[in-house]
Amino acid sequence: MKPRTPLPLLAIFGIPLAIAFVTAAGLMTALLDDGLVDAVSWAALSVPVLAAVWAWRKRER
Amino acid sequence: MTNRTIRVWTLIHKWTSLICTLFMLLLCLTGLPLIFHDEIEALTAEDTLPPMPAETPLKSLDEAVATALATYPGERPLFLSFDEDRPVVNVTTGPGARPPVSQMHISAIDLRSTRILADLNDDKGFMHVMLRLHVDMFAGLPGELFLGFMGFLLFIATLSGVVIYAPFMRKLSFGTVRAGRSRRLKWLDLHNMLGIVTLMWVVVVGLTGVINTLSVPLVAYWRANELAAMIAPYEGKPVPERFASVDAAVRTAMEAAPGMRPQFIAFPGVRFSSNHHYAVWLKGATPATNRILTPALIDAETGAFTDMRSMPWYMLALRLSQPLHFGDYGGLPMKILWAVLDLLTIIILGSGLYLWLARRRSVQDHAAAGSANLRAAVGEAAE
Repeated sequence: MKPRTPLPLLAIFGIPLAIAFVTAAGLMTALLDDGLVDAVSWAALSVPVLAAVWAWRKRER
Repeated sequence: MTNRTIRVWTLIHKWTSLICTLFMLLLCLTGLPLIFHDEIEALTAEDTLPPMPAETPLKSLDEAVATALATYPGERPLFLSFDEDRPVVNVTTGPGARPPVSQMHISAIDLRSTRILADLNDDKGFMHVMLRLHVDMFAGLPGELFLGFMGFLLFIATLSGVVIYAPFMRKLSFGTVRAGRSRRLKWLDLHNMLGIVTLMWVVVVGLTGVINTLSVPLVAYWRANELAAMIAPYEGKPVPERFASVDAAVRTAMEAAPGMRPQFIAFPGVRFSSNHHYAVWLKGATPATNRILTPALIDAETGAFTDMRSMPWYMLALRLSQPLHFGDYGGLPMKILWAVLDLLTIIILGSGLYLWLARRRSVQDHAAAGSANLRAAVGEAAE
């Protein structure tokens, strides 16, 4: 779990950037149309929530 | 990053957060029921449409306005808005052109009979209290702008949080939550993890909230500049004694903008119109364009078309900030996700407060034992 050497910035911010990008896309798409596009938005906005659930479930006890 | 840079960003994060946290907790808690205000209000709705034959002809808008005025004698019409899915208009009246909201009356009127379905003058119920606490804490424009400033501090707190996320995570993989050691470490990891995954949502909802608090000054600016330019020949003219037909004004506006539908009509003298015009606010017919409003100005004395111009960028930003802040543009699943993200934000705020209190306590303990100084405590937090 713990890398020995300090991580480069990209390794620290890679996944957070991807989540932020997906969230932004989800916030935008639902503005453009109704129907199917809304479902895309729901999937995208679930990503930050699921990431939090995943991190909590694999917590070090 | 040098240790000094980290310390400066940590201080920025600490103070911007400390100042805005209690207000943000208030906004998150009151915002939670507001997300579902449509659903909650539908539960207690009393304005259901009575059944009538499907092809019942609709009465005119002028008759609807007359009904509202007959209900509130001595008042004048301010706004008329159209319900989305049913033949109902909402007519706002008040004692003058720009009365405080508390003196306005809103009547929902069935266009098939011009019967009043409900007066929407709810200023006591639970949802109303939530809304006022959320918008201005019952303090009017100063309260609104104050909350806007708190939202700006939240934005700075979030950005500084992202900066100091890097040194915290130097040796941890993404999503690490060390729950088995100290309680403080567990909440620190949770605070960092939740903060970074909700980053974009918090920034968008926070900043659009800030823009919404600027609504009054932005509309005033639009009225003084864009609108003034559109009605230059009418400058200084008083509000007409009698208004021409609303129906004719809507027809004229729709002829000038084929394919668009009216969202609401602002009567002469109100914030969203000039002193001499009906402003018919038209929206596009497709989902992508129906959030973009274009005002058509109709001379309220003669009924003649005066001008129509699309909104400047700041009014578009204001308009788009509403759905992006409310989360009401993607059906119930989106509202539920909005609520979950709101709850995660509450955890971030609460854990941040806890971490500050816990660190203070630990600094005091250390000082009492004479074993450590503040620097060490700050350094420990940065590990």
